[in-house]
Amino acid sequence: MATDKKKILIVDDDADYLFQLRHHVEKMGFDVVTAESQREAENVLKNMKPDLAILDLMMENEDSGFILSYKLKRMYPEVPVIIATAVSAETGMSFGISSEQERQWIKADLYLEKGIRPDQLYREILKLLKV
Amino acid sequence: MEVIDILVVDDEPGIRSGVTRILRNFTVSYPFLEDDIGFNVIEASTGEEAIEIISKSTPAIALLDNKLPGIQGVEVLQFINSNHPEILVMMITSYASLDLAVKATNIGAYDFVPKPFTPQELKSSIENITKHYFLRRMTRKLHREGKQVRFQFLTVLSHELKAPLNAIEGYLRMMQEKQAGESIDSYMEFIDRSLSRIQSMRTLIMDLLDLTHIESGKRQRTLREIDLTLVARSAIETMTPLAIQRDISLTLDGTESVVMLADSDDMEILFNNLISNAVKYNRQGGWVKCSISKTTDSVEVRVSDSGIGIESNDIPKLFQEFSRIKNPLCKNVTGSGLGLSIVKRIADMYSATIKVDSQAGVGSTFTVKFPTINSASLNDGI
Repeated sequence: MATDKKKILIVDDDADYLFQLRHHVEKMGFDVVTAESQREAENVLKNMKPDLAILDLMMENEDSGFILSYKLKRMYPEVPVIIATAVSAETGMSFGISSEQERQWIKADLYLEKGIRPDQLYREILKLLKV
Repeated sequence: MEVIDILVVDDEPGIRSGVTRILRNFTVSYPFLEDDIGFNVIEASTGEEAIEIISKSTPAIALLDNKLPGIQGVEVLQFINSNHPEILVMMITSYASLDLAVKATNIGAYDFVPKPFTPQELKSSIENITKHYFLRRMTRKLHREGKQVRFQFLTVLSHELKAPLNAIEGYLRMMQEKQAGESIDSYMEFIDRSLSRIQSMRTLIMDLLDLTHIESGKRQRTLREIDLTLVARSAIETMTPLAIQRDISLTLDGTESVVMLADSDDMEILFNNLISNAVKYNRQGGWVKCSISKTTDSVEVRVSDSGIGIESNDIPKLFQEFSRIKNPLCKNVTGSGLGLSIVKRIADMYSATIKVDSQAGVGSTFTVKFPTINSASLNDGI
């Protein structure tokens, strides 16, 4: 039934990546809502609670994804968040996640490197949705 | 070879000796380090013992079982966090307590490895955490040396280069899997988008070359009297095809020569960037005007447009590397985010000032004012 479909929010400022991810996630059988910026996503979240969110890290600012994740978790603590980024772990330090204080407020359930295969992503989504 | 200390805290002797055995002859190497890295394993069977060892000599990495006979692993983690935050902690947990492991990473553990683990799993976890250890050490060092900015630049650069690759790869995979059916026609949009990403990547690389040339100061600069009007005209010719496509009039005010002592490549790059921005961030049917004027003590280059304009609070960001102002109006404009930082660097070398007058929705004027110089008073960089 269509109403049973889980709703996934995807936020990314790269139109191509957003298009591709929407395509894959819809094919997995989810409803997809997209936003192209942190600001747009915040507006979307005011009117809608997704079942899961996939956020890009670098959008308006280089840590937009973290900020968005933080805000989302404050509104809906139970909604799992995946942060997807083209910046791999080794360069993540430029956002200060290596410092313990900064890690305190960075809350995401999973970090994924962009370019992950759709089937891998699907498995991770199912895991986080606990289905 | 550099050897780093790893403390293994686990009440099961089998795990401790296993780790010691696996890591005894294990070395890792990273492209950014000259030396290979080896490991010296120190064993502790309880949390209390671990704290005692840590207090005497600080290991680089701690592998921490959570279920310990006395105080728990999480408590050891808390001790490390408050007293030796430089130690990277990896939790060893059974699959049943993955929740706990996630919690532990939230309160400061770097990673976790579920047990039972294979030697290979342990090795790759160790390789990963060790890399982090050295990168962090390097960042601190770079930071001290004031190279953080450089590193930041490379980080953002790698992001800017990877984003189009990811997009193109994504489209290719969708085509490989025939996600839109059998007909090649269904894939035209994917192909167009890929080509456009390749084009913008090429622009980025060209801009980057300009920037590094300017930065390194190694490029041979030839200062001679050059006619800026000619340089401007050539830049206008380059941009004319795009201007025609968008029905934008592109004009140069005045025809007389304005001669200035400068390097012709520098001036070409400067004009190209200013004029191409004026055309790219414009509206259909708009205009771009370029003018060059000379007074006794300065030469002024002015490029005005009827474009989308810039909000006043965005103006300070304009000249930063990779800062592209996010505006729905320029969503489809391709750019490297380097153009204006290149202009700024060139201007700096000539001790020139850049002024931006802009009104959102109306247009922008960029004015570069070169003090009249003679060869003796030039910056050393030239």
